[in-house]
Amino acid sequence: MIMPETIIRHASKTAITLMAFAIVFTTCMAFVYQVTKSPIEQSEAAARMSLFRQIMPEHLHDNDLLQDTIELPPDALLGTTQPTVANIARVQGQPSAIILEAIAHDGYSGDIKLLLAIEADGTLNGVRVITHKETPGLGDYIDIAKNNWIKLFDGQSLNNGKDGDWRVKKDGGKFDYMVGATITPRAVVAAVHKALQYVEQHKQTLFVAQVDDQHNAPMEKP
Amino acid sequence: MSQFTDIAHNGLWKQNPGVVQLLGLCPTLAVTTSVVNGVSLGLATALVMAAANGAVSPVRRFVPDEIRVPVFILVIAALVTMIDLAIHGFAEPLHKVLGIFIPLIVVNCIVLARVESFAAKNAPAPAIWDGFMMGIGLTLVLALLGGIREVVGKGTLFSGLDLALGPQFSAYILTVIPDYQGFLLAILPPGAFLGLAGLIALRNWAEIRKSKPSIAATGALKPSH
Repeated sequence: MIMPETIIRHASKTAITLMAFAIVFTTCMAFVYQVTKSPIEQSEAAARMSLFRQIMPEHLHDNDLLQDTIELPPDALLGTTQPTVANIARVQGQPSAIILEAIAHDGYSGDIKLLLAIEADGTLNGVRVITHKETPGLGDYIDIAKNNWIKLFDGQSLNNGKDGDWRVKKDGGKFDYMVGATITPRAVVAAVHKALQYVEQHKQTLFVAQVDDQHNAPMEKP
Repeated sequence: MSQFTDIAHNGLWKQNPGVVQLLGLCPTLAVTTSVVNGVSLGLATALVMAAANGAVSPVRRFVPDEIRVPVFILVIAALVTMIDLAIHGFAEPLHKVLGIFIPLIVVNCIVLARVESFAAKNAPAPAIWDGFMMGIGLTLVLALLGGIREVVGKGTLFSGLDLALGPQFSAYILTVIPDYQGFLLAILPPGAFLGLAGLIALRNWAEIRKSKPSIAATGALKPSH
């Protein structure tokens, strides 16, 4: 017959052992987290910057894109339900372009997250798909890693076409697509079109050189 | 020494986690769309398994039986988190390829299985070696499966090598079948099941063939009907 005290002693010993392991390993993790924190931040910033560089030519900005941000409230035209962060490109303090996120909800499977660079005059500088779950080998040609299709958007704008042009060719528009996967490009084209409309509508607020920025920004290059 | 040779033989062939124990199927099936993906995850798993076995073995006498599994899971999860952070911080290009797979290692039962069945009963040195060799055994299966699916599905080999090791390695990407339209089935999950079934069958066939001579020898003594 086991005495209750023995059970209690055994249980507390077990609990203390488990706790000791938890404390030791949590300490180890906290230490590794501290050590790797700043390298991780740097590498993430570098990764983001290299993505920006793909869609934003050097001559359109002399500011630090990663620091010069504004928050965009959720908007149906962007397909966003959460506030997103947009980066403003400036040349000598004057806003020249904006990098913003848009989400297409009507892809073949799941949301397609896009990153767009749009100049102040409404010209698209470039679009990249950040995340998508389209079928591998069929719908995934929207990804720059698989195909150059996404570059069709380079230099496009609302002005250089009627609204009807902003469709895939199958629907009477001007954008090529690949046979067998129409839903994916259709979603992307519509999302890009709507993002352009968003920028057009909010031009006044997006591209105004804020007073604060004019004080801080002018770091003119010689 | 022979203990270590036995452990290696177990990990690579006799008890191969991929095609014999059939453990760790979640990453095996999900990740092996290319050789590079498969090998990357395999090596990361080998690293975690060696570390987990090495961490558990020295403290095996202090862990009461009742809380064995929670402690092991704690150790494995902590190690995976630390390895993930370290790779993210100090090997960013590698993290781009492996990033989404590393947290998956936590749920990979092969790690817990080896900790439970080997590290909890053996000294640190053999335990680390066992974890590592089991991981290498799994890596071989992932590489083969990844290779089969990549060639059949996309007609290439080693695609993504430039992402893992740097742009200068893009020259090593082979186009096995030029102008290939792709065979989607191989890339999608069914291709993984079919490919793995093929590998298991191949291994069993090799095993049976190896033991055939002895069967034939004993059979020869009996009168034939």
